[in-house]
Amino acid sequence: MSKDWLKGIKSAYDTIIIGSGLAGLTAANKLAKLGHKVLILEHHYNLGGLATWFKRKGGHILDISLHGFPTGMIKTCRKYWTQEIADSIVRLKNIRFDNPQFSFWTNFDKNDFTRLMKDRFGIVKETIDEFFATVRAMNFYDDLSMTTRELFEKFFPGRTDVHRLLMEPITYANGSTLDDPAITYGIVFANFMDKGVYTFKGGTNELIKKMKKELLKNGVDIRTHCMVERIVVDEDKTVQGVEVQGRMIPAKTVLSNSNILNTVQKLVGEEQFAPEFVKEVKKVRLNDSSCQVYIGLKRGETIDNVGDLLFTSQEKEFSSESLLEPETTSRTFSFYYPETRPGLNMYSIVASTNARFKDWAHLTKQEYENKKEVLIERTLDALEKYVPGVRKKVGHLEASTPMTFKRYTTHPGGVSFGTKFEGLAISKDLPRQIGGLFHAGSVGIIMSGWLGAANYGVIVANEVDKFLHSVREPQPELETVSV
Amino acid sequence: MTREQVRQAILNIISDIAPDEDLASIKDEEKLRDQFDLDSMDFLDIVMELRKRFNLEVPEKDYQELVSMASSVEYLFPRLKDNELVS
Repeated sequence: MSKDWLKGIKSAYDTIIIGSGLAGLTAANKLAKLGHKVLILEHHYNLGGLATWFKRKGGHILDISLHGFPTGMIKTCRKYWTQEIADSIVRLKNIRFDNPQFSFWTNFDKNDFTRLMKDRFGIVKETIDEFFATVRAMNFYDDLSMTTRELFEKFFPGRTDVHRLLMEPITYANGSTLDDPAITYGIVFANFMDKGVYTFKGGTNELIKKMKKELLKNGVDIRTHCMVERIVVDEDKTVQGVEVQGRMIPAKTVLSNSNILNTVQKLVGEEQFAPEFVKEVKKVRLNDSSCQVYIGLKRGETIDNVGDLLFTSQEKEFSSESLLEPETTSRTFSFYYPETRPGLNMYSIVASTNARFKDWAHLTKQEYENKKEVLIERTLDALEKYVPGVRKKVGHLEASTPMTFKRYTTHPGGVSFGTKFEGLAISKDLPRQIGGLFHAGSVGIIMSGWLGAANYGVIVANEVDKFLHSVREPQPELETVSV
Repeated sequence: MTREQVRQAILNIISDIAPDEDLASIKDEEKLRDQFDLDSMDFLDIVMELRKRFNLEVPEKDYQELVSMASSVEYLFPRLKDNELVS
């Protein structure tokens, strides 16, 4: 008989969380601290969702999405996790751009961007200040009709070089394009290109280990290798629990950290929702996916500091479309120096490109393998410019594609950036459709990335807590209690 | 709870959420956001703590009532006055 991964769980829960991305984990921790009985069910063997890593022979540890997040993550980790986790967050100061339009290093904060735009691009200080002020003042409830392209044109007309500087890092961070609403750009930009880029010292594995320890301390039950088959809903459109490995686990609420479309269409089933809602769900556009090439240097090999994050491209100008082409030369290199994992004393480099699922699906096994090989070779060619002789230092080489992302996340289309903006309305409306059903995950650009995901987890945990309070049986009066 | 106890309860919550802020200097009539480094997530935390500590639900439309200490006490006192302060 195969192993019972559900062994030891309670007979029922206040909340079952499906998936353990940073939104799911952070919601779980918050709800447990508020006194609720929480179970996390994760289909993979690791927790973390896309905040993940893998190990390979030769001592290599490779991170998927560790570099880098905004400063707000420090506060979020302190408040919703532990001071110890917050204290491990460190700044990355060597951010580098190299493309036909410009080439320089920046520490990626407001002062430095202002300096660069003034000195390198000849923009007057007033315009720069006004741009920063405008972007910072944008909020969630603003008009959605203006696109990022229009925003850039308004402040920096015809300046494709400035547009590139402002857009490229955000595109790699969350898959957004020039044609998305400016507001989705504004909120991310204000978080990000203002106070610098940060990372977690110790690596993703250490972060997730610390989070897991905290979850267990707070009484959360965690079960990996458990693919939830169905969210069970009764005739009154109220959540009853989930079915997993042929077993029903009752719960007052279910919080899905699975992709929003998976949640509605696969886990619950469209027949449970109002027809108008299903119509809106069908309009939700998925974001794109990614390819990554993981390069582990042999133990003992070293490289100079050539930057922590390097945005490189041979494209003449920035274009959201060409970025997605399989032959794109636009990629981000994340360099992980020994400081990332003190004690390990190894180097790794991860190259990321944005990618479309359809370019990688439907290939024969041989075509797929060949295409991955081409991707790896092209990546090494591009890297050679910054790290001469890198091929001789490589100890481990491996590529992931949208197909890989799909396998590990079960996301439709292997998306690595969730859905476009309209997914947020669906995510928020879910509890009004089915009592006790909630969703937290990457919907809309502002809820993507490590900080957005963790904070969205807390926002939804608040809704779950409110719901649990509202269905709780009235408590007996406290005044007669004596001890 | 008395008005002063309500005020103290709010102070306790804020000091847990923002331990680095010097709350002794608080000006009750001024906006909390103008005096301290508080963002929208911090206000959400205040709402969650009020629910946890006092079983009090602040509906989203009333979040604006928490803008300053004075307006918070004004809003919360009638809702908390029958609560016994557990010490």
